[in-house]
Amino acid sequence: MIYNIKQDHARFRAIVKGKIKQDLKKYVTHGEMIGRKGKDLVTIPVPQIEIPRFRFSDKEQGGLGQGQGKVGDPIGQGDPQQGQRQVGDQPGNHTLDVDLSLQELAEILGEQLELPKIQPRGHKTLKSKIEKYTGIANEGPNSLRHFKRTFRETLRRQIASGVYNPDRPVIIPIKKDMRYRSWKTDIRHENNAVIIYMMDVSGSMGDEQKEIVRTEAFWIDTWLRSQYKGIDTRYIIHDATAREVDEDTFFKTRESGGTLISSAYKLCEKIIETDYAPSDWNIYPFHFSDGDNWSGEDTRLCLDLLVKKLLHVCNVFCYGQVESRYGSGQFFKDLKEHFGNNHESVILSKIENKEGILQSIKDFLGKGK
Amino acid sequence: MSSAYNNSELTSELVEVRDQIRGYAEEFGLDFFEVIFEMVDHEEINSLAALGGFPVRYPHWRFGMDYDQLSKGYTWGLQKIYEMVINTNPSYAYLMKSNNRVDQKTVIAHVYGHVDFFKNNYWFSKTNRKMLDTMANHSVKVRNMMDRLGRDKVEGFLDHCLAIENLIDPYLPYSNPKKRDLKNLDSEGTDHLDPGRFKIDRQYMDQYINPPKYLEEQKKKMEDQVRKNKKNPSDSQKDILAFLLENAPLEIWEQEALSIVRDEAYYFAPQAQTKIMNEGWASYWHSKIMTQKALKDSELIDFSDHHAGTMAMQPGQINPYKIGIELFRDIEDRWDRGKFGKEYDECDSLVTKSKWDKQLGLGRKKIFEVRRVCNDVTFIDEYLTEEFAERLKLYTYAFNRRTNQYEIVDRNFKKIKEKLLFQLTNLGQPFIYVTDGNFQNKGELLLWHKHQGLDLDIRWARETMRSIGEIWKRPVNVETEVDGQKKLYTYSRGEFSEKFL
Repeated sequence: MIYNIKQDHARFRAIVKGKIKQDLKKYVTHGEMIGRKGKDLVTIPVPQIEIPRFRFSDKEQGGLGQGQGKVGDPIGQGDPQQGQRQVGDQPGNHTLDVDLSLQELAEILGEQLELPKIQPRGHKTLKSKIEKYTGIANEGPNSLRHFKRTFRETLRRQIASGVYNPDRPVIIPIKKDMRYRSWKTDIRHENNAVIIYMMDVSGSMGDEQKEIVRTEAFWIDTWLRSQYKGIDTRYIIHDATAREVDEDTFFKTRESGGTLISSAYKLCEKIIETDYAPSDWNIYPFHFSDGDNWSGEDTRLCLDLLVKKLLHVCNVFCYGQVESRYGSGQFFKDLKEHFGNNHESVILSKIENKEGILQSIKDFLGKGK
Repeated sequence: MSSAYNNSELTSELVEVRDQIRGYAEEFGLDFFEVIFEMVDHEEINSLAALGGFPVRYPHWRFGMDYDQLSKGYTWGLQKIYEMVINTNPSYAYLMKSNNRVDQKTVIAHVYGHVDFFKNNYWFSKTNRKMLDTMANHSVKVRNMMDRLGRDKVEGFLDHCLAIENLIDPYLPYSNPKKRDLKNLDSEGTDHLDPGRFKIDRQYMDQYINPPKYLEEQKKKMEDQVRKNKKNPSDSQKDILAFLLENAPLEIWEQEALSIVRDEAYYFAPQAQTKIMNEGWASYWHSKIMTQKALKDSELIDFSDHHAGTMAMQPGQINPYKIGIELFRDIEDRWDRGKFGKEYDECDSLVTKSKWDKQLGLGRKKIFEVRRVCNDVTFIDEYLTEEFAERLKLYTYAFNRRTNQYEIVDRNFKKIKEKLLFQLTNLGQPFIYVTDGNFQNKGELLLWHKHQGLDLDIRWARETMRSIGEIWKRPVNVETEVDGQKKLYTYSRGEFSEKFL
């Protein structure tokens, strides 16, 4: 029996991916898939892609059931999103849950935003070991038995000792003839990267701003992970002082009080210095804030830190400014004034609202650095 | 070094089981095609299920989508397919390898029930029993088209065809249209039309034997018919696929693709029309064969567990297995005890009725008759009784906008039966006819939705019209009713418009 289902399945997956690509903006804007992320897979709700047909509408129809219950007893919930949702312009409200690997998702993002492949910085100094089954050993488990080589050994021995009879070519291996596959360790040189996220958590950054940062971080992670074999992620939050935190804290903490951006840059620099030698690592610091800084004095300190230290060690330094009602946005202007629009290793991006996320991702990653 | 695992033949143990079960089935009077059993693993059975039971189908993504859903359901342990059987001669039945022995026994008995139904039920009598070959031919044809024209183009067109695969007339293969002379009337002028007179011997009787009024009516009828004959189709036609095949400006490959979709739709139609009966009949027999013949004491628990799982009802859904088997048993019981006919119907003492037993013993004969002549609609219409609905605790439900819930509405027998019949008639889908292939004398297509109380889902209807537009290649109109108002929807070159009539 021959089944052609694999082909049909691949075709279906291709259509789904096309659909996601087409609606990428929607997914990015609503951050719909981020909550449904596993280790390697994301589950994405795709609007059903059923074939249309003439039919009655579900709600009107009702139906027939069986079992206990009085008139008026509920037997099932309606669409949970009914009410909030307007009448859709798509046929049907059913969604299909599709699993995509992060790699596939990154490909979609890359194709849709026309992101260039990142050219890692020169040195492939990072060594990783990989094991390949290319060797042959005289000992080993039966599951790794190498049939051909064993046969050959036996044949050779039998011919040499004159036991072999071409008219009755019986081959009987003895223990000495057995050959097994075995592994060799190869050393591969790889590029590794670290992303250092910094975020302003002072009073003026609200939940909506953090949501935007979280969404951006997800997509940046996804893309960079597809470009580098190994990725480290570090998180720094700051108001007037900076500290390193885990991912969860990073997105949830809200402090009040002033903002000294330089504190974060200092900490960032320290982390790089202790853990990530620039010769071995591709380094990506991302800083998100609403653009408020305590003083011009501190801003000058920041610029100083950037120019003298950080820019020397980073592939690229990204600053994303999330619009908030309370922020002045001054920091963006200051950076822009100093570095201009097309600086080699400083990328500035303004994110006005959720709709702006996609463009901002493109700003950051579009340079291929 | 082929291992037993890759072998799709029955194990010798199961061959024994099969022979035994087949023997019992024959003893009970079941009459089936030869059945070829194959053992398959979960991946294979999911593929087969996605492909409608046929190992070779034309390539299309929707099979892949179904496969995706089925394998997920299997991986998550939500559902498992025990067997599949297809309506061909000989029949092929696929058994899941992982079934335990009792499952296999039950499932083999179940399969013989299905095959007996395929062979003997009237509504299957016109199906193509060599469908395996036909499907394989379809596959080759579509693949050739794809090689020639590109996969996207062909698949895109198939999508459009599949959007209207339900617009066929399942009764067509069984209708034997009377030759109507009127059909052949010439369309040139109406003067020569003569309704014909009876011969008269006496002049004065003429106005009684050939009343002028009646002659006038007849002539008018003929004139109407002549006018109709000029129209295409002359009468509204339910087989829209056939109409498009004959009248749409299709290229040869498009015609071929559309006709493939139509052939397959007609092949599968009887299965949808007899879902309740078919599953009921097969379940009736697996239960009968197992409990009366094949079951060993040690297997009782496993069998009961499997059987109960199959028969389980969920709120808000009816289980065709359950309704079917219960109804067959009910019929058998009624005909055994003579609980039918005028005398029984008119008896108004509940006590007498419940004790009614004329010891006729006609039950077995009756259910065999029912399995031969009925489809789901006539099965329910004829045999679903009030006592039965009550015993099975049937109810109707509806959506309550205010609470955003589905709620039980009624346990009234008439309402239940009405609802059930409505869901089964035309497979619960709207009746759509083509009424004019030259609408407004502009070569537009006019479809008519015969409104029977429920409005169309307009969003779906629009998408469907778009697909028909791709086939018809001219504007497409649908006449329907929305909230009691007659409306005409038009699709023309990517644009939709609507107006009240």
